[in-house]
Amino acid sequence: METFIAILLTIVSASTPLLLAAMGELVVERSGVLNLGIEGMMIIGAACGFAGAIMSGSVLIGFLTGIVGGAILSYFFAVLVLNFATNQVATGLALTLAGLGISGLIGKPFAGITIQREPIEFLSFVNDIPVVGPILNGIDAVAWFGFALLLAVAWFLNRTRAGLILRAVGDNPVSAHTLGYNVLRVRLYAILFGGACAGLAGAYLSIYYTPFWAREMTAGRGWIALALVVFASWLPYRLLIGAYLFGAVTILQFHAQGAQINIPQQFMASLPYLATIVVLIVISARQTGRKIHTPASLGRIFVPDR
Amino acid sequence: MRIELEARGQPSVLMTWLSPVIAIALTLLFGVVMFALMGQDPINALYIYFVQPLTDAYQIQELIVIATPLILIGIGLSICFLSNNWNIGAEGQFVMGGVAGSWVALTFHGVDGWWILPLMMVAGIIGGLLWALIPAFFKARYNTSEILTSLMLTYVALQFLDFLARGPFRDPDGYNFPESKIFSPSATMPLLSDGGRMHLGAIFAVIAAIVVAIMLWRTIKGFEVKISGEAPRAARFAGFNEKGMVYFSFLLSGGLAGLAGISEVAGPIGQVLPVISPGYGFTAIIVAFLGRLNPIGVIFAGLLLALTYIGGENAQIMLQIPGDATSVFQGILLFLILACDTLVRYKIKITGFGTRKTAGGEG
Repeated sequence: METFIAILLTIVSASTPLLLAAMGELVVERSGVLNLGIEGMMIIGAACGFAGAIMSGSVLIGFLTGIVGGAILSYFFAVLVLNFATNQVATGLALTLAGLGISGLIGKPFAGITIQREPIEFLSFVNDIPVVGPILNGIDAVAWFGFALLLAVAWFLNRTRAGLILRAVGDNPVSAHTLGYNVLRVRLYAILFGGACAGLAGAYLSIYYTPFWAREMTAGRGWIALALVVFASWLPYRLLIGAYLFGAVTILQFHAQGAQINIPQQFMASLPYLATIVVLIVISARQTGRKIHTPASLGRIFVPDR
Repeated sequence: MRIELEARGQPSVLMTWLSPVIAIALTLLFGVVMFALMGQDPINALYIYFVQPLTDAYQIQELIVIATPLILIGIGLSICFLSNNWNIGAEGQFVMGGVAGSWVALTFHGVDGWWILPLMMVAGIIGGLLWALIPAFFKARYNTSEILTSLMLTYVALQFLDFLARGPFRDPDGYNFPESKIFSPSATMPLLSDGGRMHLGAIFAVIAAIVVAIMLWRTIKGFEVKISGEAPRAARFAGFNEKGMVYFSFLLSGGLAGLAGISEVAGPIGQVLPVISPGYGFTAIIVAFLGRLNPIGVIFAGLLLALTYIGGENAQIMLQIPGDATSVFQGILLFLILACDTLVRYKIKITGFGTRKTAGGEG
């Protein structure tokens, strides 16, 4: 039973960064912008977050510096795709390439240090409830924050006027512009939110999940987050299913390696990526011809006329 | 301050040529700031990075050795990007080309014959091509995002190579090192000159650039490539086959990446290792853009990015500048090229504070 709970809790930690990063990207894509730079913003978040946590001695400040780092990087992306009308795919790739390099420079002095991972006791009063208690208590604060943020994002997109404007900008920027909304500003805020989420996801990896800094430690999680948005067909709640599915694959893969099953370890390590490919194919095969929730102007350049 | 774009009537020819130059100049300026922040003498660091490698005959050969895979991959990617097919898994196709060719080399290890090397090259091309076929097939069939599938396949390919180098391909007499036997001479790329590692692959790169350039500028297929990217609707009306273009661009770039992969393994590396590329497949994306998605331009861009690798290594040794500075340079360069390319299509107007217009209204 205790092993079961432990595995369940590791799945929660493995899923949290995916959920956070994908949530940010979902908002960005709903505004009509495709930011392929999640991997870069995440790794910057991991480096800045770890550096912040070590230098300040406070995990909370670490998370904040991670958020700021991710947001700053996303600002450069925003300037390019919004103000310079560059190709979003290529710019996102540039963001990832630059982010991987810059994070290496930031993280270098901190290589080899580990953070004492302290359980963030959050709901200790529920500990007495059997089975559910230890699980609820074991879920860390960032994971809870992720759930709360998910609710907030879903509420924002579906129930608020600002969310409606954001979706309008993503579906038809020309009409939104004609109606008097500042398309580029809405998109800028969305991109910054996406950067902050990816930064937090990265900081969570380096501060809490591993917990140390290593080059390229995001290991493709940013790209999996991108795939999750497609998986969720741009609906916030479905992200939760997707993130936990991938978190589970990652963790079970580790346990299979530990259990000495006679399958090459490299094959097990490929599983999350193979699973992503299979899921993408299944989703797109089902959606062919009826892509209801895909933002209509996703990835298209919009230059406001006078 | 606000930046406003005003569309030009037609793309500026001057800016087409000038924009990569401006981008490079700005990248160097960025380098000055970065090195100064690291506490280095910026001019000296830039000299070691970008000039010193060119003063040494061996390093000039190394430059070409590194430019070879970058150019081969960059040519294929140019065709992909021109036709709006986003193959970003060239790294995986490079690796699978290396794997397939190495399989031939190790199967015929110790056998002497002129046919071994050509067979390896063919196997390498097929390896890369088949790996690129997967994202192409699913894009053509179900419109599955080729960006994500091709990238995910890169991670799978890297794991597969690692598995082979530590398992089936490992040299049984190699004291358990994760390395294959060193390829026999008949399975090794001939060198082009003494005193360096420049090999036959460099000739492949130049030939590939010329052939693809002729295809692009002198044939209907080339017209089709450009139209499908610039005006997909027009391409459809013209009766061009959209799915055919997906396959064409992916197979071409996958094949070239595979050729680059086996040339690298049979050339400077000479055996199978768990890692055979420092990210050439990703750097080639920058090469393609810096080379204006033009096969001949890609040659120059490939040489420039090869310079960042060699300069980066020198700077690491002589100034203890971390190797990540090279990736920063490369990433920033791509950023700036993309920004400067805006000048080709738009005039940029910078307006001051307080001139914010009320939104709305017609044109």
